[in-house]
Amino acid sequence: MAEPILSIRGLTRDFGPFRAVDGVSLDIRAGSITGLIGPNGAGKSTLFNLLTGMLKPTSGTVRLNGQDVTGLPPDRLFAMGLGRTFQIPRPFARMSVLENVMLAPQGQRGEGILGPFLAPARVRDQEARIRRRALEVLDFVTLAPLADHPAGKISGGQMKLLELARVLMGAPSVILLDEPAAGVNPALTRILIDKIEELNRGGTTFVIIEHDMDFVMSHCDPVIALAEGRVVFQGTADEARANPVLLDAYLGAMADG
Amino acid sequence: MIGLLSYAVFFSTVASILAIAVLGLNLQWGFTGLFNGGVVAFFGAGAYGTLILGGTPQADHLGGFGLAYPLALAGGAVAAGALAWVVGILTLRLRHDYLAIATFGIAVTFENVMRNAEALSGGAKGFRGFERPLRDLFGDGFAYNLFFFSLVLTLLVAVYLFLERLVRSPFGRLLRAIREDEDAARSLGKAPARVRLTSFVTGSVIIGLAGGLYATFYAFISPQDVLPTLTFQIWAMLIVGGAGNNRGAALGAFLIWGAWTASGWALSRFAPVEAQLYTGSIQYILIGSIIVAMLLWRPQGLLPERLVLSQSGQPVKPRQQGA
Repeated sequence: MAEPILSIRGLTRDFGPFRAVDGVSLDIRAGSITGLIGPNGAGKSTLFNLLTGMLKPTSGTVRLNGQDVTGLPPDRLFAMGLGRTFQIPRPFARMSVLENVMLAPQGQRGEGILGPFLAPARVRDQEARIRRRALEVLDFVTLAPLADHPAGKISGGQMKLLELARVLMGAPSVILLDEPAAGVNPALTRILIDKIEELNRGGTTFVIIEHDMDFVMSHCDPVIALAEGRVVFQGTADEARANPVLLDAYLGAMADG
Repeated sequence: MIGLLSYAVFFSTVASILAIAVLGLNLQWGFTGLFNGGVVAFFGAGAYGTLILGGTPQADHLGGFGLAYPLALAGGAVAAGALAWVVGILTLRLRHDYLAIATFGIAVTFENVMRNAEALSGGAKGFRGFERPLRDLFGDGFAYNLFFFSLVLTLLVAVYLFLERLVRSPFGRLLRAIREDEDAARSLGKAPARVRLTSFVTGSVIIGLAGGLYATFYAFISPQDVLPTLTFQIWAMLIVGGAGNNRGAALGAFLIWGAWTASGWALSRFAPVEAQLYTGSIQYILIGSIIVAMLLWRPQGLLPERLVLSQSGQPVKPRQQGA
């Protein structure tokens, strides 16, 4: 097997006496669409927050493309090619959809306070390039017609597409999606899946937390199950489907609510 | 007639000075979401800084560096920026109400230091011994006020143009993103701490510039000029005018200062004698009621923030249109 894109060893996170993530060790295969399942409170979102630097681990290590990135802040990790979306979408609500996307590119000269005054021509050129690229990416996620809408006024599903568009501006090698299908109408979910698969064919790795079992079973390989902060299953979707313990303990529990 | 005109110039000078301060606060709150509850500390740092640097030698307190006026004014603004930098390093990890409380405390501390450190500030008596610039040329009357008003207006326009350019730039986009959702901005590779500090210091330099002009206009500053009241008034101007809109910020300064002076005049003229003792308090109630009413019925202010649009493919800087 090729070098894993994300290599997690003994990752642990405590909240006071509560251990949310408990010694998780995983290798995320480059080029995969890895599904992460488990009942509520299993530690999936905490694991995401540890991988993206929103939280610092109590112990354990994370390697991205072989490089130790444990404890690095989210801004550094994004610059290194790790993008993420949020379970509850977090658009910049009082900014236009286009501006949301134009924010994301790294190394913008105009982001220093003096840039617009010292090198106006260069900033203008860079802005024009970023705008063109942002409109392309919005077109890709089918949001181009909404470019001038306030991002807080679009639907929840469109916000999830917007978050994907923002992340794509950074050309990440791995994207972590937290419940991309939750609360999204089927038509938009279909678009999202198409885009994920298209990007995946282009080489982007995805790690997806999802409660929608049809989604996980038909699009994710491998599937990883967490329970009480620990990895309890790793395998293909078919193996997951055939695993009686998993079925009883987790899929059943999830189906019940 | 000349009396009315003279008053109009006087009023507009003070309102324009306050408008500069409101623009500074707008950069911090309107565009970056930084709740500066101690505006008056930075206003005061600019005021005292300008007078100390540009004043004539004094026996009983610091001052008398006699710098050329532009240097003294700039020095005052830099002093406000330096104060903001120190405060920022200490408090910018604080968010929202916590930042407000911390900066409010700093402003009260500033006022008390100015009141008690007589060797520095002249104490409660205030800071005297400042010669207004070009007084030789314009004298002390209407001509001088007209000159000074044009200076203030020029600086107001310059600050406005600077900020308009800034908030339409990628830097402005970054400020607004941090205001909207700091964690989401971090997840997109942005480092908010430095940007928040830059915005806080820049806004405070502008507020300090306003303070320097205010002290110049009266050739005097005292602890009475840096009470929390002024912070409250400047906030009222921003809320009424429209946070996140620089034109709104300037408009709010003129409206609230107009309401303040008009209510003071009306109370002194029409209120019963026993109520006149409480003129100031009645004015606070009035302005407070305006803030509450605005927050209830038009929280976005008279001129709300507008969306920056894409101007359909033209490779020029974003243009403002109706949202």
